[in-house]
Amino acid sequence: MGCTVRSMPESALRFDRLSVAYRVGGQDRAVLRDLSLKIARGEAYGLVGESGCGKSTVALTAVRYLPRNGRIISGSVALDGADVMRLDKDALRTLRAKTVSMVYQDPGKALNPSIRIGSQVAEVFEVMGLPPAERKTRAFEMLKKVRIADPASVMQRYPHQLSGGMQQRVAIAMALASDPTMLILDEPTTGLDSTVEAEVLDLVTDLRREFGASILFISHNLAVVAKMCDRVGVLYAGMLVEEGPTERIFTAPRHPYTVALLRCLPRGGQRKDQGRLDTIPGILPSPGARLPGCPFAERCAIADARCVSELPPLRDLGGRFARCHYPERAVQLPRATPAEAAVPNVRAIADPVLKIANVSKTYGQGDHRIRAVSDVSLTLMAGETLGLVGESGSGKTTFARMLLGIVPPDPGGRIELDGKPLAPSLGHRTPEQIKAVQIVFQNPDSALNRAHTVARIVGRALRRLAGLRGAELTRRLDGLIEAVRLTPRHLTLRPRQLSGGLKQRVAIARSFAGDPRVVVCDEPTSALDVSVQAAVLNLLAELQSTHAVSYVLISHDLGIVRYLSDRIAVLYLGRIMEIGPSEQVFQGPHHPYTEALLSAVPDLDGTRKSRIRLTGEIPSAANPPSGCVFQSRCPRKLGAICETTEPPLNEATPLHLIRCHIPAAELENLQRRPNSGARDLIRAESS
Amino acid sequence: MVFLGSQVLPGSVALSILGPEADPRSVELLNHQLGVDRPLLVQWFGWIWHFLHGDMGLSYVHQAPVSPMVMQALGYSLKLAAVALLLVVPLGIVGGVVAALKVNRPLDRIISLGGLSATVLPEFVSGIILILVLGIWLHWLPISAAWPNGADPLTQIYYLVLPSLPLVLVLFGYISRMARAGMIEAVESDYTRTAVLKGLTWGQVVWRHVLRNALLPTVTVVVTQAGYLMGGLVVIETLFRYPGIGSLIFTAATQKDFPILESGVFVVGTIFTMTTFLADLSYSVLNPRIRMGTGQ
Repeated sequence: MGCTVRSMPESALRFDRLSVAYRVGGQDRAVLRDLSLKIARGEAYGLVGESGCGKSTVALTAVRYLPRNGRIISGSVALDGADVMRLDKDALRTLRAKTVSMVYQDPGKALNPSIRIGSQVAEVFEVMGLPPAERKTRAFEMLKKVRIADPASVMQRYPHQLSGGMQQRVAIAMALASDPTMLILDEPTTGLDSTVEAEVLDLVTDLRREFGASILFISHNLAVVAKMCDRVGVLYAGMLVEEGPTERIFTAPRHPYTVALLRCLPRGGQRKDQGRLDTIPGILPSPGARLPGCPFAERCAIADARCVSELPPLRDLGGRFARCHYPERAVQLPRATPAEAAVPNVRAIADPVLKIANVSKTYGQGDHRIRAVSDVSLTLMAGETLGLVGESGSGKTTFARMLLGIVPPDPGGRIELDGKPLAPSLGHRTPEQIKAVQIVFQNPDSALNRAHTVARIVGRALRRLAGLRGAELTRRLDGLIEAVRLTPRHLTLRPRQLSGGLKQRVAIARSFAGDPRVVVCDEPTSALDVSVQAAVLNLLAELQSTHAVSYVLISHDLGIVRYLSDRIAVLYLGRIMEIGPSEQVFQGPHHPYTEALLSAVPDLDGTRKSRIRLTGEIPSAANPPSGCVFQSRCPRKLGAICETTEPPLNEATPLHLIRCHIPAAELENLQRRPNSGARDLIRAESS
Repeated sequence: MVFLGSQVLPGSVALSILGPEADPRSVELLNHQLGVDRPLLVQWFGWIWHFLHGDMGLSYVHQAPVSPMVMQALGYSLKLAAVALLLVVPLGIVGGVVAALKVNRPLDRIISLGGLSATVLPEFVSGIILILVLGIWLHWLPISAAWPNGADPLTQIYYLVLPSLPLVLVLFGYISRMARAGMIEAVESDYTRTAVLKGLTWGQVVWRHVLRNALLPTVTVVVTQAGYLMGGLVVIETLFRYPGIGSLIFTAATQKDFPILESGVFVVGTIFTMTTFLADLSYSVLNPRIRMGTGQ
């Protein structure tokens, strides 16, 4: 191959004073403001920030794929030395084919639903000009490289026949097939289960070594970025507010926004009775807002007159940069929410609210039966939070629906509320029972009626659930609105006029209208940004301590589960694999499955354990493995006994039960053993 | 339904056959001969019974078997519908695709607005205008749909173009709008972005990745609209004095010739149901997600 000799540009991707605007309502609204950044060859650069700060616009600008109404106002983009904006059609196509690749969120949509996987991957090689015969074999090899076990059969399938993790692997295979200089990953693992996320991240780490591509990694998840990237940039309102080596930024931030962002996360095993999470007051400036001073000034507790009027430059602080007039004072940023919280110890006086005995749920009929929940028994105390964790398909949602009476359990199971049996379906429950068990959904957008005002939404719940009328209703409405930290001014607004966090508050107010005994919180914060998430978690904790309500918390974010839960149940294929007090479940000994779940979570604090890889996909509930349902993926499988006999829930302590053949003491031994040699690979490499 | 509906209409069959001046006694006699004085249920079950055996009965007015009349008329109608579809499907899809690729540009506006205005124009209005302009003023096309006896297929099609144009106008709006909406959605989708970022040419992207997904819903609309065509034929066939099933039903209804009316409507209904079924079938054939079932 004859290569033309040219000087190697030092940066794989370079933005120079880039400003991008979207045209909305006849006006250009600035989304990126004077953004400059450089990603060196072979470097992994992370871009973090809340939604709406312009992260995805950065990615789309790099490949010149802005939406129709998007426009570059000024500045330039260079990929591998080529000015992206000046390329003609053919040159741009060649650039996309050879130099840059992109993987984004929701792989299910990124793949063409009506073309077989094999042909979609082969297309990359077609673009490279390979003869048809070779394309298929190269596609096969590429799928093998992304650790797809059976590439030949996967190539024959359509995207919808693959799981989310497999789809994302295919997308990564297509992205890396052309051996690009620059790989852009835009929220590549958002929406995937934590175990799958960990696998995909491992894969990217390994392939990065093999292919040597530079990476622009965009994510709202700080821990994921900390795991993957050498350098990180913090984006706020389309401006880079801080940039530097990942570890230094996350351990010693110099911009108040970074400081605040890091404080919003429940970290290091923080729990609700150890104090409130910090929040960031106010909201992100909207696109196109005029920002004469520091974009964060409005929300910054240490901002002064200078911050409001004068835009701070991106100052060099010795190998790192911060756009702040007072970077040395950033860490002294006072808390927006006081940490102290009086949490009455409700558990001391607790009675059981919900008693669930031998509850199962089987879907389907005849030969095609799916056992979504299998023989679950547990008790929920008043004022207690029970966290439900497990991968998708583990039966969390079905279990919650049975509590609510949306799905009747199979005959034989019993659910008792305050000692009285709860009818299996909603239609047979008394109004008293209906208002006692309520839910807060993941997505407040679809849970609230868009046509109604806040007053009407919450008022209706008060009428229906609490049976209130007239002045009494108004009084309670005001009380409820205040309890969820909304103001009377919000009452006349409609959901679309509220931000995500405010909408979730309305949803919470609605569920609390009838003084519930149990509230099911189904991923209550996963649609929200971290700063808003912290506020909602604080609110849930406060309401619990004042109302003595019990929560059943479903979340894939173990940090949140740990913060809010008193007890945790780990579900796998509809069975409880482990249940116990939150701290005991997190401290161990754990069930091998819990151990794998915990080790899959990237950790911001650098106290990383070696990761336990789960092989294979979660089996279908229609055809669960024999014996212990986890044996097909268990890294600590003993042997034949695991395949023949389902273990009972054994006591590790009287309150902590583990469904495993390995005795708890032995599990503890196995899990305490220091795992040498397998220290974090990226860090070793990057140093 | 049709049976009941036609029974409650005023007037008796014999009266309409014999004319208003007829002797009441002969009216009664004829009614008896035709069997229309029997109880309704008996008449209905009798008709159904025979129909299921392939016997559509005798026409009251023509005193001839219904089946050949209906079948012949159906043949004519299907020819007309086929010509209309042959014209409108490519036009509609190309129109929609072009509009979507030039979205919000003048060409898109012309196609979208034109399609919309054509759709809301009733067939008898557009039909008359087309007859006037294309048939009478310009003499481009014959104004009658009835071709000379023994005409070859091409000539037949030539005669059918003008009658099918009003139908084309109505359907063009529907089809092009569906195609346009499907295209826009597909062009803005993530998989199209994937394809573009692979480095494919825009032509390859549209041809391989966009069109198939974009036109899926359109296919369903086209096939369903084929059923609608049969309904639209009543007006057109009457207007162009074309001996299809529409005008057969229309005449039968005015003459209270129930066997023809019922059989005709039944046949049209069957065709409508079948096309809807075909629409679902073609959708599932084209869409792998439905073809394979949702299981993994």
